[in-house]
Amino acid sequence: MAKKAGAKKKAPDKKAQLNDDIGEENRLTMWRLQLEVRQVEQRLHDLFFQNLIKGTSHLAIGQEAISAGFGAAMRPDDYTFCTYRGHAHTLVRGASMTGMIGELMGKECGMLKGKGGSMHLTDVEHGAMGSYAIIGAHLPIAAGAAWQAQYNKTGQIAACFFGDGTTNIGAFHEALNFAVVWNLPVVFVCENNLYMEYTPISEVTAVEHPAADRACAYGLPSIIVDGNDADAVFRVATTAFDKARAGGGPSLIEAKTYRYSGHSRADPATYRPEGELEEWMKKDPIPMYRQRLLDFGVKEDVVSGIEEAVLKAVDEATEEAKASPPPPLESAYEDVWADGGASWRN
Amino acid sequence: MAELTYREAVIEGIAQEMRRDEKVVFLGEDIGKAGGVFKATVGLWDEFGDLRVRDTPISEQAILGAAMGAAMTGLRPIAEIMFSDFLAVCWDIVTNQIAKSRYMTGGQVDLPLVIRTANGGGARFGAQHSQSVENWAMMIPGIKVVAPSTPADVKGLLAAAIRDPDPVIFFEQKSLYATKGEVPDGEHVDEIGKAKVVREGDDVTILALALMVPRALEAAERLQAEAGISASVVDIRSLVPLDTQTILSQVKKTARVVTVEENPRLCGWGAEIASIIAEECFYDLDMPIVRITTPHIPLSSADELEDAMIPSADRIFETVRQEVD
Repeated sequence: MAKKAGAKKKAPDKKAQLNDDIGEENRLTMWRLQLEVRQVEQRLHDLFFQNLIKGTSHLAIGQEAISAGFGAAMRPDDYTFCTYRGHAHTLVRGASMTGMIGELMGKECGMLKGKGGSMHLTDVEHGAMGSYAIIGAHLPIAAGAAWQAQYNKTGQIAACFFGDGTTNIGAFHEALNFAVVWNLPVVFVCENNLYMEYTPISEVTAVEHPAADRACAYGLPSIIVDGNDADAVFRVATTAFDKARAGGGPSLIEAKTYRYSGHSRADPATYRPEGELEEWMKKDPIPMYRQRLLDFGVKEDVVSGIEEAVLKAVDEATEEAKASPPPPLESAYEDVWADGGASWRN
Repeated sequence: MAELTYREAVIEGIAQEMRRDEKVVFLGEDIGKAGGVFKATVGLWDEFGDLRVRDTPISEQAILGAAMGAAMTGLRPIAEIMFSDFLAVCWDIVTNQIAKSRYMTGGQVDLPLVIRTANGGGARFGAQHSQSVENWAMMIPGIKVVAPSTPADVKGLLAAAIRDPDPVIFFEQKSLYATKGEVPDGEHVDEIGKAKVVREGDDVTILALALMVPRALEAAERLQAEAGISASVVDIRSLVPLDTQTILSQVKKTARVVTVEENPRLCGWGAEIASIIAEECFYDLDMPIVRITTPHIPLSSADELEDAMIPSADRIFETVRQEVD
C-alpha cells in the first residue's frame, strides 16, 4: 500500500482559530492535561531526590503533548494501555494525583495499594488498563480489549502507547498483524523520542521511521505527527478513533518527540550529542501551546489560572500522599486470586 | 452416562459453557474451520460461528495477549496453545502479565480466562512437542493449574475452569485424546482444587497426574494380583490449588508414598508434594518418599527411547514392589 498521510509538513495554519474543529474547550483541556503531566512528573522527580520515592521511574517530560492530545480525544469509556513510561497516559484519563504520587511513594493511598509502583500504574475505573513494563506485551493485550469492544459492539476503542524501541520486538509485529486481520478498533501510538533506552533508535533499526515505515507491512497507511504539538496530535487521534469506531480497523501512528531526562532515574543521558536537548527544548510543547492560546485570544488570566490550579492540585496531592501510612503488611497476602486471598492449598 | 473420548469431552465442555454464556469466546490456531490439530474442537465453529470461535495467525503472544485484554474488559476467553511447548514463546504474557495483573493493580483487574494446551509425550513428536510443562505453570503465583486424566474430568474441570474467576492453564495430555470413559449426562461441572482417590488401598499411596493416572492404576492392579500389595491411587487433578488434605490423609493411612510424574526429574510437582509430606507427616512414614519420573533429559522421538523414559505401568509396578517389600 502506498503511503497516504506521509510525513505531513506542519504549516502554520492561517485559518486556525480558537473555535475551529478542535475548539476552545478541548484546547483548554489539553492545556490543563499538559500542565498536569509536566507538574506531576517534575514533582515525582523532586521526590526522588528527597529519597521519598524509591525504585525507578521513567519520565516523559517533553512528551506531554502526546498524552494530552490523545487523552482529550478519547471517550471516557475508551481504554488506554501504556508502558512503564506511563504516568502521563494514566493521569490524562483522570486518575487521582494523590493515588499516583502515593503509589510511587509506596503508601497505602497508592492507586495500586503499593503493589505496583511507577511502572504498573493502572486505574480501571477511568479506562487506564495498565502500564506494562515488559516491552511489547501490551500491544496484543490492547488488541484483546479492542476485540471485546468489537464483539459487544460498544463503540469503544483501545489506544496503545509505546516507545520507539518497542518496534523491534516480536510482540509489536504479532499485534499489528493480528489487529489488522481481525479489523480491531485499536490505535497503536509509537512515541518516538529518538532513544531506545540508552541507544539511538536509528542505530538499531532498519528503517528511518521505526513505526511509520513498518506500517506498510500490515497494509496500514504511514502516519507521522509532530508529537510536540497537542493540536496536531488531537487531530490525528480523532481521525484514527473515528475510523476505528466506524469499523475501519486499527491505525499505527508515529509521534516524533523528545524526552528531556534520561531513560530512567539512573540515566543522566550523557550519550546525547551536545546541543540536542537544547534544540528540542526550543520546541517545548508547553510554552508553545501557552503562546498559541494567547494568540487565539484566550485571556492571560484564564491561561495562568489553569497553571495555578494545577500547581495547587499537585501540592495538595503531594501532602496527602506524604501523610498516608505505608500499606499494612497483611495486604501482601491479598489479591493474588479473585477471592481476595493468596491460598494455593487447602 | 455416555461414553466419550477425552477429545470429545473437550468439545462437550467448551460447547456446554459457550451455550450458557455468550461472554465465552474461543481463539487459537486452526481451532475453527479445521477443528483443531488434535480434532479436539471439531464442530464448535459450525455451532458458534466466526464471531465466537476465531482462528488466529501463528502468533502465540497475540493469542494470549488478546485473551488477556478481552478477559480484563469483560469476556471469558478460552485460548488454545496448540502444544504446551509453545508456551515458551508467549511465557511473558502468562507469567509477567496474566499471572500478576490482579495483584500488581491492587485487585483492580479480573482475568477469567482459560489457556488450553496439549501437553506431554507418547506421540513420538520429539523434544519440542512432547514436554510435560505443568511444573512451569505451578511455580508462578496467580495461575491455577489443572491436568485431567479422564473424559469426565476433562468436561467437568474444563467447565469449572471456564467459570472460574481466575486464570487457569488446562493441560490436556495428548496421548489421552483417544481414550474413552463415562461422562455424566447433562450439565457437568466439577470443582478445581480437589484431588480424587481413584483406588483405595492400605499399603502404599501412588500420587499421579494425567497420563500417569491410568498407568498407576494398571500398576496397582498388578501389585495387588502379583505381589499382594494394596495401593491407593490419587489423581492429583489440580496442582494449583493443591488438595493437600486428600494427599496427606492417604499418606497417613498407608505410611508409604510414591509419586509418578511424567515431567523430567528436577523441580517436578512431586518434589513440592514430597516436601509438604516431609514437613507435615514425616513421622507417619514407614519408608522414604519415592519419586518415579522421566529422567532429567529431553524426550526422544524413537518409540523405544521415548517409551523407556516416560514412567510406564511396568516401571511403577517394579519400583513400588521393590520399595514396599
